[in-house]
Amino acid sequence: MARELVTGNNAAGYTLALAGEANRKARGAICGAYPITPQTEIVEFLRDFKFTKGRVVAVESEHSAMGVCIGGSLAGARSFTASSSNGLSYMTENVFAAGYYRLPIVMIGVNRTLGPPWNIWTDQGDTLALRDAAWLQLYTESHQDLVDTILLAFRVSEDPRVLLPALVAEDGFVVSHTQMVVDLPEQEQVDRYLPPLDLPHRLRGKGVTVGGMIFPHDTERHRMEIQAAMDRVPQVLAEAIDEFEKIFGRRPHGTLSAEHTEDAETVLIACNTMARTLRNVVKRRRERGQKIGLIKAKLFRPFPRQDYMRAVGHAKRVGVLDRNHSPGSGGIFWTEIATSLREKPGLLLQDYLVGLGGGDVTPAILDEIVDDLNARTAASEPVWKEVLS
Amino acid sequence: MTTAPVIPPEARCDGILRPGNTNCAGCGMSIGLQWLEQALDGERPTMCIPACCGIVTAGTFPTSAYGVPTVACTFASAASVATGVSSVYAMNEEDELTVCWTGDGGTYDIGVATWSAAAERNEDLLYICYDNEIYGNTGGQRSSATPQGVKTSTTTAGKLEPKKDIMALVAAHRVPYAATLSVAHRDDFMRKVKTARKMKGFRFLLMLSPCPTGWKSEPGDSVDLIDTAVRCGLFPLYEVYGGRRYRINARPDGTPLQDYIKRQRRYKSQTLDLDALQAQIRENWAHLETMARAFPAPEL
Repeated sequence: MARELVTGNNAAGYTLALAGEANRKARGAICGAYPITPQTEIVEFLRDFKFTKGRVVAVESEHSAMGVCIGGSLAGARSFTASSSNGLSYMTENVFAAGYYRLPIVMIGVNRTLGPPWNIWTDQGDTLALRDAAWLQLYTESHQDLVDTILLAFRVSEDPRVLLPALVAEDGFVVSHTQMVVDLPEQEQVDRYLPPLDLPHRLRGKGVTVGGMIFPHDTERHRMEIQAAMDRVPQVLAEAIDEFEKIFGRRPHGTLSAEHTEDAETVLIACNTMARTLRNVVKRRRERGQKIGLIKAKLFRPFPRQDYMRAVGHAKRVGVLDRNHSPGSGGIFWTEIATSLREKPGLLLQDYLVGLGGGDVTPAILDEIVDDLNARTAASEPVWKEVLS
Repeated sequence: MTTAPVIPPEARCDGILRPGNTNCAGCGMSIGLQWLEQALDGERPTMCIPACCGIVTAGTFPTSAYGVPTVACTFASAASVATGVSSVYAMNEEDELTVCWTGDGGTYDIGVATWSAAAERNEDLLYICYDNEIYGNTGGQRSSATPQGVKTSTTTAGKLEPKKDIMALVAAHRVPYAATLSVAHRDDFMRKVKTARKMKGFRFLLMLSPCPTGWKSEPGDSVDLIDTAVRCGLFPLYEVYGGRRYRINARPDGTPLQDYIKRQRRYKSQTLDLDALQAQIRENWAHLETMARAFPAPEL
């Protein structure tokens, strides 16, 4: 294991490449690559990588990038790509297709605000817009979390009990373009962690049509099977983490990370790098004796409702930090968490829209949010917490 | 435990198009698919078919009118999905033919960027467009392949704009091979498919595909209509090698354009201008003959 100072994007590109290379004794690796800020370095890294058996196709659009991944995956290769923002929107039709074809493709979504007007900074609205596409979604807080989660994503996606694609999200610029010291895996470790892909429904010379027409009842069964596969993800993820620890010697977070929640009266929930800032805020407040905890949200699809019920514990107040906005509703994490906690009597659940468009969410801003939450006797509609910088 | 659908072990690989499919009587695609199979001498290609009548042909799950591995792609994705498929076959040293089988909507309109990029990369694909000059399976709307003067459900008075010259567009990519196919010229059809099969890289075949439903013609007239389209000069049979070298396979024999037009009620429109159409045909031929003289492909 090499400890290196790397950017988030290079760490992601490196990890995808090793995962692809690990399938060299099976049917190889395939990637459709197309640039978009702030993801571009990932596909540049992949184009430079010398695969023993693999191809990175520089296509003309994100839509075709996913098309290449779909075709390559159906032919049996390990398949992956990366995109951001409007690129993900442009890709959307084939993102859904990959989910409905049940192809274990892994995609890095480097979070960037959707436009117009154009904004290149981080905001989870781009990946959350794909929440209904039959993909797993995992949100990562750091460079190390990103690397580890990419490996988990391949392992879980390709598990015969799951066979669904996975999107791994990282914050644009805050992670993608900054450097941190990361334990980077070795090829030999990845080879052990990711067994050769054997897609049960790959094209095998048989006279069948994949993805043709079906009637309503078969559609219901198809969707029910996808839901059943989603339902198995937490268990498969837990096993994947155990196996990860054996090979890599560390233990990545699972569906979520509940920290200081056992005795907490106030709990805040955030994903991506906001969770790290929040961790520091909570630590300082605990040092002053406040009963406060946090939940770092990681797995968004499937949404681990039971885990949130347990993690929130006996908290009286829960605040959700949403760096995304569903116009006409509010924060997207908030609506999911509200559904999860609907049977918690007397709980005050408040949504904060903060850091939209990539505004810098500082500890001071989070302190103001915590103060607001603690002073509340009732929840209100989502609160716009503007970041004036 | 349920997982993704597994291909049943009893699934067979038959010919490309199995009997019992639901294609309309007189559909050019039925002939095209059978001749494709015959020209490939028993080889079983992988078919990538986007949204079009060709994927309706497949039938409903779990049946498949295609007896070969077939992927139902999203509308604009035949050439990108096929790129993925053929790349993985190639890296596994499998000499498998990957075919894109697409309608004019997927080729002239929504799929242009995708096939253009695949052509520019010279992907190892046999791309076949069966062109019925209409969005057929949505009930007959105009595409950019619809000829001037044709009535569709979105050009109810008749289309104003002439048909897009897709062969010129493909040739501009300097791909190894592009050719037109007629379902009335079997030997020519067979030779062109075999020629394309022997080559590597992006190969494009354009088949004018009669559609009695959309053309408002008699199903029994389909083959003869295409024969007439070739004879009157409306649909030239030719090949382009490397995007530069031309070979003309059949020349107009004086058959009147009227013989083609009068048997299709889609041409009973306010915008049909026979003189203008005849002038276009003359110009197309002048251009084609000039190219074939200046940049001839070797004689057969």
